[in-house]
Amino acid sequence: MNVARDLTLDRLKSPKKVSVVPKSRLIVEDLSVGYGAQAVVKGVSLSACEGQLTILVGPNGCGKSTLLKTIARVLRPMYGAATLDGASVHATPTRALAKRMALLPQGPIAPEGLTVQELVSQGRFPHQTLARQWSAEDSRAVAAAMDAADVTEFAERHVDSLSGGQRQRCWIAMILAQETGVILLDEPTTFLDLKVQIDIMSLLQKIAHEQNRTLVVVLHELNIAAMYGDKIVMMRDGRIVDQGTADDVITGENLKSVFALNAHVIKDPISNRPVCLPVVAGPRP
Amino acid sequence: MTRGFAVSLLLMLGGMVLAFGWHVAVGAKVVPLGTVFEALTAYDSSIFDHVIIVDLRLPRAVYAVLVGASLAVAGALMQGMTRNPLAEPGILGLLTGASFAVVMTIGFFGLLSPAWTPLVAAIGASVTAVLVWAVAAAAPGGSTPLTLVLSGAAITAFLGAFTALANLLDQESFEALRVWLTGTLTGRSPALLWWSLPWITGGMLIAFAIARQVTALALGDETAVGLGVHVARLKALAMLSVIALTAASVSIAGPMGFVGLVIPHVARMFVGADYRLIVPFSAGLGATYLLLVDIAARLVLAPIEVSTGIVTVILGAPFFVWLVRARL
Repeated sequence: MNVARDLTLDRLKSPKKVSVVPKSRLIVEDLSVGYGAQAVVKGVSLSACEGQLTILVGPNGCGKSTLLKTIARVLRPMYGAATLDGASVHATPTRALAKRMALLPQGPIAPEGLTVQELVSQGRFPHQTLARQWSAEDSRAVAAAMDAADVTEFAERHVDSLSGGQRQRCWIAMILAQETGVILLDEPTTFLDLKVQIDIMSLLQKIAHEQNRTLVVVLHELNIAAMYGDKIVMMRDGRIVDQGTADDVITGENLKSVFALNAHVIKDPISNRPVCLPVVAGPRP
Repeated sequence: MTRGFAVSLLLMLGGMVLAFGWHVAVGAKVVPLGTVFEALTAYDSSIFDHVIIVDLRLPRAVYAVLVGASLAVAGALMQGMTRNPLAEPGILGLLTGASFAVVMTIGFFGLLSPAWTPLVAAIGASVTAVLVWAVAAAAPGGSTPLTLVLSGAAITAFLGAFTALANLLDQESFEALRVWLTGTLTGRSPALLWWSLPWITGGMLIAFAIARQVTALALGDETAVGLGVHVARLKALAMLSVIALTAASVSIAGPMGFVGLVIPHVARMFVGADYRLIVPFSAGLGATYLLLVDIAARLVLAPIEVSTGIVTVILGAPFFVWLVRARL
């Protein structure tokens, strides 16, 4: 009672500065996953909060993509569980889950001749049935998603005729049209130019912060992760080594022990975010 | 999009009706279209032309429509499901598997009732499908479009050799099957049509019902899972539909190669990448295509009649080569 009133008062005093603890929607508990008998992810626990961009980083083969795929029910865990709002992801009917959690896998396939509009419309799949194929609600969601991802101008173009960055924005529009509270993305910036990577990450950050959605992203660009992550989860050999804010996790020691990388970590004076600078051996000019 | 869709749908249906009329009108004796229409609407058994149309030519046109539509839809589903532009019942060995099973059953038991023919064909197609997939999956790099096609070719050749062997050992019982094995729409017993119809109906119902999910599956297995598609169940349903449609087609007309390859690609040119449109358009275009091919089979070397299946292969093989060059 008291707490509730205090919060209300607090809100009245300074409506913008309320610091309510963000709600964890996605919780992973003691999860182990493997191919065959070989565990690739070993007893991992983490949580992802509403309104935040949670970024999984780690060296190649550390299990970060496997972990994401298991959370997305592409893979089944050997042990442990992933829960969305308290219910096990693997026990929820897949269609029902797709209304609450979206996945953009690595390197998705755009069939030849598919238009952007058609691709984005696929995001409405879990909301439709054989009997109820398309509604005004679907049209609204697709238009809003294309607008948010800034692909409306390409609506009638074929997806395979667009550049890598434009295409990735179309895929993001598709999962936005799914209108889920939780969105999982597996390396959404791979093979893109730096400028395009920044555009994509800014878009994802906006989605998380302004629409209060829970985003979990696998990245391998450390500096991009440091720049955008509200929470960084660092993995090695299937285990979580460290998790927390970028300042806590992106440190010289962690880079050394997790990536075997000799690097300075400095602060970007403008964003106040950590930046890794690998130490280059040999004589300097 | 809706207007363009309506126009192409009307064009397709119009083309199919025209092809059907033309198909029934031509033959050893050309019957005027007016008489064809009369025979269908006001049948009079004392008029000889009416009897030709209704008893001889109409069943053949119906076979063409059913077989063309079935093979095209089966091809469309296989292409969507495997994301392989070269997938179709013929190239992946299902047609050969189905006809092999039918030939062997007749070889061993001397006779196969029309009621059991689709089932025997379905078993043959299913076993072959599993075999082709297993061989392709065992190849280094797994089942890619290329390994699937190669595996299909190997198993087709293997089963073809056994069929030829059986043919040589017992020429008498195989004489009747010789033409059927090249794919033909002539001289089939009407009972076969009736016994195949439930298989075609079932296969088509499944295909139309899952078309929307096949579009999602074409975006990749993981994307489909994320969208809420039950991928394993969908693939099983699609396979069921493909087997039923293939088995019924083979029962009626023998192995009719390349129809399932060519038609879905043509349908895509008209309607794009959404299987909710590709499936119905493949059905309509497949029916029209086989009607036209069958007209050609009867007219080109008249009075000699070429097996319809030979013509579909003559037309389809160059298309296959073009597709390999353009898409792989």
